[in-house]
Amino acid sequence: MDLQPEACDLAIIGAGITGAACAWYAARAGARVVVLDRGAVAGGTTGAGEGNLLVSDKEPGPELDLALLSTRLWRELAEESWFGASAEYEAKGGLVVASQPDGLAALEAFTETQRRAGVEAESVSASGLAELEPHLSPELAGGVYYPQDAQVQPARAAALLLRDAQRQGATLHTKTTVTALIRGSDGRRVEGVVTDRGTLRAPWVLNAAGTWGGEIARLADVHLPVLPRRGFVLVTEPLPRLIRHKVYAGEYVADVASSSAALQSSAVVEGTAAGPVLIGASRERVGFDRTFSLEVARLLAKQAIELFPALSQVKVMRSYLGFRPYMPDHLPAIGPDPRAPGLLHACGHEGAGIGLAPATGHLLAQVLTGKTPDLDLSPFRPERFEDGANA
Amino acid sequence: MKRNPLSLVKARPEPSFQVTFDGAPLDVLPGQTVAAALWSAGVTSWRTTRVEGRPRGVFCGIGVCFDCLVTVNGVPNQRACLLPANPGDEITTQRGDGHGAL
Repeated sequence: MDLQPEACDLAIIGAGITGAACAWYAARAGARVVVLDRGAVAGGTTGAGEGNLLVSDKEPGPELDLALLSTRLWRELAEESWFGASAEYEAKGGLVVASQPDGLAALEAFTETQRRAGVEAESVSASGLAELEPHLSPELAGGVYYPQDAQVQPARAAALLLRDAQRQGATLHTKTTVTALIRGSDGRRVEGVVTDRGTLRAPWVLNAAGTWGGEIARLADVHLPVLPRRGFVLVTEPLPRLIRHKVYAGEYVADVASSSAALQSSAVVEGTAAGPVLIGASRERVGFDRTFSLEVARLLAKQAIELFPALSQVKVMRSYLGFRPYMPDHLPAIGPDPRAPGLLHACGHEGAGIGLAPATGHLLAQVLTGKTPDLDLSPFRPERFEDGANA
Repeated sequence: MKRNPLSLVKARPEPSFQVTFDGAPLDVLPGQTVAAALWSAGVTSWRTTRVEGRPRGVFCGIGVCFDCLVTVNGVPNQRACLLPANPGDEITTQRGDGHGAL
């Protein structure tokens, strides 16, 4: 259906988890919201994720603060009758393991800095690992249990948030591509969107286009360095409850923080409500190349079997891939863009976008309604790459 | 003469061999998949679903839907519609995910 003229306070570009969460929090705060996506709901990175809601992999700093806020908000959402079970929300906890004593010492030092920042973390001995995860390799040195880590089915979560936003008056237009932004007479202000199905005027336009957020920024003649960072996930045949938590090797933390374009891989292994086990997480900067990589699949499988030897008897049914929205300093862009008044950004969350979505939506709703955001947004300011210092 | 796929294409298959399904012997023609062998013997269900224990057999028949999963020689979750039957195969009904031992 073509766009009809309608009163709109906030036009959101992108119907992934971030756009959906922003729509839900803004609609709940009373804004008239229109969500636009050139494809389908959760058709981009959201639909290609694992649904990790992690605090465990984040070092103290602005991203961890965002994750801790999100953890609370996810728990609130999980209480909603229309959300929790349908979104396959599970507060299952994360278990980070180390294979060698020196790796365990490094992990425990890292954990101590997280504890001081408000993360709940319990050290687990080698024998304690077997109690938490009976199928874990007996050769591991130990680990840390993070009860705040949780899991959600990301495509369902995005769809449920959008549906409830619609119940609160929001409008959703899929298969609608934003081709330009309506600019004010000063040539800078953003006053709405031009799409292949008509135009829509709005005092606020939110760029929630994820990995493609740089393209939307370009429509406003501003620079936002969002790059794709490819990741594969392997999907096994359905299994009985084999793996109880999110389990990953301590090396994953270093991989996440790495800025190298080369392949990094460390197994993140988890069961799902439907039965298959998901095995991530590779990272490589190869543009938008969708080619299957046997090298990556083999590496992920090998690393998963090192953690869970029983998986060597299990078949992988398929794999999928996605493109995380990577920013050079690993922080998302959240907030108004002073270079183009009227334009807001909520993108560039890299591999943490599912987890960080509620906090992002909540904080932006506070900005839009003139409240002081619960967190200082200055580390996330979209124009921070302008001076080159962080680029 | 009874019309069946063999008569329609005037097939002259090699001699049949035996497999077992849940212990009972079945005759199989060379080249038949496990699904074709079971269907030829009048068996239309060889798996039960994980949650409700409902019967399942061939749905798409072309390897896409994963509905026809079966246990052959102790290995679960094989697609009966794609897997060629071999002499002496032990085909067994798969219960749920087939990984009861894990």
